[in-house]
Amino acid sequence: MFDLTGKRALVTGASGGIGGAIATALHAQGAVVALSGTRQEALSAVAEKLADRTYVIPANLSDPESVEALAKSALEAMGGVDILINNAGITRDQLLMRMKDADWADVMRVNLESAFRLSRAMMRPMMKARYGRIISITSVVGVTGNAGQANYAASKAGMIGFSKSLAQEVASRGITVNCIAPGFITSPMTDALGEDQRTRLLGGIPAGRFGEGDDIASAAVYLSSAEAGYVTGQTLHVNGGMAMI
Amino acid sequence: MSDTAERVKKIVVEHLGVEEAKVTENASFIDDLGADSLDTVELVMAFEEEFGVEIPDDAAEKIQTVKDAIDFIDANS
Ligand SMILES: NC(=O)c1ccc[n+]([C@@H]2O[C@H](COP(=O)([O-])OP(=O)(O)OC[C@H]3O[C@@H](n4cnc5c(N)ncnc54)[C@H](OP(=O)(O)O)[C@@H]3O)[C@@H](O)[C@H]2O)c1
Repeated sequence: MFDLTGKRALVTGASGGIGGAIATALHAQGAVVALSGTRQEALSAVAEKLADRTYVIPANLSDPESVEALAKSALEAMGGVDILINNAGITRDQLLMRMKDADWADVMRVNLESAFRLSRAMMRPMMKARYGRIISITSVVGVTGNAGQANYAASKAGMIGFSKSLAQEVASRGITVNCIAPGFITSPMTDALGEDQRTRLLGGIPAGRFGEGDDIASAAVYLSSAEAGYVTGQTLHVNGGMAMI
Repeated sequence: MSDTAERVKKIVVEHLGVEEAKVTENASFIDDLGADSLDTVELVMAFEEEFGVEIPDDAAEKIQTVKDAIDFIDANS
């Protein structure tokens, strides 16, 4: 089950915690993976660990031209893309009354607009192949909201509406479009939390722990698989029970 | 029937799974041949491939009948 041999995946934000875990898991199921991010060294480190069946394609997703170029390079390098993982994301947290135009625009561009551009670029090849998996990593706060994250939450909620619409457009062509919404996942950010804050946050998570990149990666493997072909337009919440929605 | 017309009709028959007799020059993909909007996009992709032409989006929107397709291809290939 969930064999991805011969499938070609493009993973954005593969230099980060969750993206690295997703790329590693897809690769372990047999997929060829293209790793993207801005930090070439971090990408190469992931590629070295995986050894074969990898391509490193750096790109700055805040620049529309680079996004289009990334899509093109990935299609050329792998001869197609069967699985697109829109995972790259940034935060620029600020109370709305203090939020700068750039805080809003940067977050929208990297989190939402890049997903739109990459997905659009994959339409033609995926429609021809009669197979495609588009998975966007959104967030629990895209559904619940979070003070100080109006821009981020809007971008993540945007991904969900985007995915539901695209899912309806292309379902009849064997292409599924879904989101994964992580809760709190262990990262340098959660590592830096004080003991008090940590205890308080964990109090809101029935599972009693933060999630790991692998928890998200397993969900991504499932949604990427042929077995998940009847699942589309959905948001899979992976959050230890912190929000049941 | 021109060579273009024959090849266009063949593609339409294959893609939409309709009877050859129904694919007249004036047949509209959507109204007469049961295509949905995604089918028309795919037909355009298939024409591009078969004839090695590039059909830009604004031109593609105007290709609504079999004849529209034949005319565009004859004019641009
Ligand atoms: N960690 C959590 O608790 C959590 C919770 C919910 C949702 N998420 C979502 O999960 C995704 C991954 O998060 P993470 O925790 O793994 O964060 P991370 O370690 O900070 O990774 C973010 C990734 O995005 C890439 N990225 C950022 N800006 C970019 C740009 N302009 N161009 C290209 N790539 C860019 C980074 O690449 P470079 O470093 O190479 O620039 C990095 O690989 C994000 O979408 C995030 O919103 C995370």
